[in-house]
This record gives sequence, C-alpha cells and structure tokens, in this order.
Amino acid sequence: MSNSLLENHSIMYAQQMKSRRLWNFSIIIIFIAAFFISSSVINFDLEKIISGIPRLGDYVLRILPNLDSTLLFENSKTEGSLSYWYFNIKKYLLLLYETFNMAVLSTAMGFVFAFILSFLSAKNITPNIFSYYLVKRFLEFLRGVPEIIFAILFVWALGVGPLAGIIAITIHTTGALGKLFSEVHENTDLNACEAIKSNGGNWLSEMRYGIIPKVLPNIISYALLRFEINIRASTVIGFVGAGGIGQELYLVINFNYYEEVSAIILLIILTVITIDIVSGSIRKKVIGEMND
Amino acid sequence: MGSLIIKSLVKEFDNTKALDQLTLEIHDGEMVGIIGKSGAGKSTLLRLINRLIEPTSGSIQYNEIDISNLKGKKLKNWRSNCAMIFQQFNLIDRLDVLTNVLSGTLGNSFNILKLLKIYSNSEKIDALRHLHNLDLSDKALQRVETLSGGQQQRVAIARAMMQKPKILLADEPISSLDPKNSKVVMDDIKKINKEEGIMAICNLHSLEVAKEYCERIIGLSEGRIVFDGNPSELTQELSEQLYDLENE
Repeated sequence: MSNSLLENHSIMYAQQMKSRRLWNFSIIIIFIAAFFISSSVINFDLEKIISGIPRLGDYVLRILPNLDSTLLFENSKTEGSLSYWYFNIKKYLLLLYETFNMAVLSTAMGFVFAFILSFLSAKNITPNIFSYYLVKRFLEFLRGVPEIIFAILFVWALGVGPLAGIIAITIHTTGALGKLFSEVHENTDLNACEAIKSNGGNWLSEMRYGIIPKVLPNIISYALLRFEINIRASTVIGFVGAGGIGQELYLVINFNYYEEVSAIILLIILTVITIDIVSGSIRKKVIGEMND
Repeated sequence: MGSLIIKSLVKEFDNTKALDQLTLEIHDGEMVGIIGKSGAGKSTLLRLINRLIEPTSGSIQYNEIDISNLKGKKLKNWRSNCAMIFQQFNLIDRLDVLTNVLSGTLGNSFNILKLLKIYSNSEKIDALRHLHNLDLSDKALQRVETLSGGQQQRVAIARAMMQKPKILLADEPISSLDPKNSKVVMDDIKKINKEEGIMAICNLHSLEVAKEYCERIIGLSEGRIVFDGNPSELTQELSEQLYDLENE
C-alpha cells in the first residue's frame, strides 16, 4: 500500500520536474533568441567597441588636469596647481548650488502633487473608480515622457534657465512618486480605515487617520530616494539649457575646455556621493522607525 | 425605549447566502450574544447593522427609521450611533492612545481642524474621562502599538464611547485575547451596557462567555436563527449542533 503510494508520488514528482525543466529550458532559449535579435537590431558590433575603447581612454587622458606635485598649493596663476585647475570654483559652486536647489524644489513640489493624486489612484481607497482610471493614466503619461523632453519643451517656451528644469523634473517626479505612493497605499491593510468608516468618518478622515500614519515612513523613504535621483536628473537636464551645473558642463565639453570638464565632473560625483550617503542614512532611520 | 427591528434580511456573496431571511428584534438596554460557527453569518449581521456592507434584501429599522436606505450625511450619523469594536482592534498604529480615542468623534462632529489632529478641549476631557473609566488614563500619550492586546481593545472601547452610541456592536471582541484580558474587556462591555443602558450586541466564539455575560443568546447557523432566548434554555444538544463539536 505505502509502496504504491510512494511510487505514485515519485512518478508525479518526476512529471512535475520534467515540465518544470522544459519550462526553464524554453525560457533560456527565448532569452538567447531575444538577445541576438535585439543586438542585430541595434547593430551591436564587438569590433567597433574594442577599437573605440582606446579613444575613450584618449578623452579621459585629455580631460585629466596637469597637476605638478611641487606646485599643488600655489595660486591660480601657476600652471599645475589645484587652484589653477579649479580657477572657476566660485562659479561651479554657485551652479552646483543652483542644481541642488532645482532638485530640492522639484522633489518637494512633485512630492506634494504625487501625494495628493496617489489617494485617487490607489484602487483600494479611491473614492470612485472613474477618478482611479483617470488619475492612473495621467500619472502614467507624466512619468512616461522622459524629463529631458519636458525640459526641451519648457526651455523653448520659457527660455533658458533653471525654471524650465524645475518644471520638467517636477512633472516627472509627480508621475514616478504618484505610482509608488499609490502602490504603497494599495499594500496597506485597511483595518484602521474600516474603523473610521464604521464610526461615520468621511473619506478625508479615513485617509488622514486610516492610511497616512501607516504609509508615512514608506513614503518619506521613497521621496528621499527620488531626491537622490533628481540630483542626477537636474545635472543632466542642464544639457538642454535648463540651468544649473549641467548647462556649464555641456558648455565646457563643447568648447573642449578639457581640464574644466574633469573639474566639474569630479565636483558632481562628490556631490552625488555626499547626498546619497546622507539621504541613505536618513532613509534607514525612517524605515527603522517604520519597523518598530 | 427604542428597538432594533430586522425583517427578512438577506445578504448574498457571489450566490452564497451569508444571511437567509433573518428576522429579529432587539430592545434598548439588552445585551445580546450571537453565537455560531465561523461562517455562520455573525460578522455579516453586525456589518449590515452598521451599514459597512449593503443588504441584498430585507430591512433594518431603529426607532421606526429605516436604516437600510440611509445615504450621505444620515448614513454617517447612523454609523456614528452604532459603534463597532473589532477582533483585531483596528486602531491607528503609530498614533497615541488619546488621538485614537478622539478619532471616535470624526463621525458625529467632523470639522476640518480634526484632520490636523486639533480637537476641542471638551472632547479631550471626554476622551480622558473614558480612558479613566477603563483604567487607561496613564497610557494616554503612549503609542497604541506599545500596549498589550487587552489594553488596545479597551482603547477601542473608549473610542467607541466617544461616538456617544446608542448601540455597541462587538465583532469577536475577545478572540485575540488571553482569558484574563478577555474577562476585563467583557466586564467593560457589560458595565457600559448596564450603566449607560446602551444596547450591546456581541459576536462570541465562546459559549461559556456568552452564557456568563448575556441575558439573551442568539444562535446562528448557515445564516439562519436556530436559537433565540435565555441562556438557560440552550440545551446541550443544540449547543453541540451550533458549534459542530468544535466547541472551545
């Protein structure tokens, strides 16, 4: 009796494994096929890459500063000193500050819009299903269009400067955070909401007391992550004339001011690292707060 | 004296009848225990009375007012009049006890300032009074999740009392509590029922608790009433049938 049962089980198990293996195997085949199809579509050429790499090195070599270890701390008139390399540091810092502010402003505004819209676009708490679909599609549009496109549009409409960049990043941030926030709401249990509803509370009360206290740590954490992303975004967006350090970087690249390129890039990297570390540690604290 | 009159109440979920032609009358000041297996329709009945869910057919009346058709402001008023207590307490985690209790006023006296957690002094005094009655006034500023299960359920009772309810609906109030805390919570519900004359309807898993605290027991099985009367009238045979021998 038990022997036949065991036999049955091992036959069933073997069949299951067989179908699972077949499944895995076909996934690998599909993946390989897709890889070759897409690489032929984009004209993926290994030779070209290999022959191009030295040129990449050339550029990196060119933008490296000429530093002389004996003259490192001389004044900005002496070639080979740090201050000669960073003769324009005041301007850079000002522009970096502008970029930083662009990120802060656009993250803050995007956060507010996303926060408001997220309650309408979360399926479990939306006041009506029509607004759910409407807002969801709207948010998809906002984050579907790359911010650089919005930036080009607003530079054209409002002129060169940070305002165009701020609006562009705000729009993208609204779309991206709105989706994340509404997913956070959708994963929240509605116990407290139900209690507020059962005592006659309106929708606003349900959101304020039933949802917000629960989702807040998660939402703050997402917003900080978005801020890190926006620091980088507001740098890149300067390339199309939307203000900040990126605009200057684009300028020095085009004019082949090689040493300035490395000076600016180094500054940007340092800024991004600092902000990632600071905001990362804040995020950890916020999440720890959520788990206790 | 008012009364809650339920007439041929039906609730269907995807073609299965959770409640089937339920007819029932409960008077002010009564303490009623509803017993039955899980899935018998106990929870559905309480939710229908509070109007958290809509009946498929039938009517619910309180003091000659038809509850089952209320909408908008009147519906909110009704919900505020029948306070609910839940098995999982359904408190607002990460907020303090006092704010949780004050949230009981969101139904009967909403104003926009309450969204900023600003409540009037008289409401705060009320909340503290209710907490004091339940021996919890020293916990007022603690976060609710730092409290024990029994304490949390009593916070939920205090919140319910802030609604100044006419009916107290308790949906398995002691199922997630240990025996000692169960007793404290049931004593509190009984006290509210006796001292304030508030009609209390409790879904209870345990027959012993129902017999001890309720002067009237209603037995539900598959959405129908199979017993309605004094605990002493409940025969051994009937209670075994009610619980299908999974009696606790």
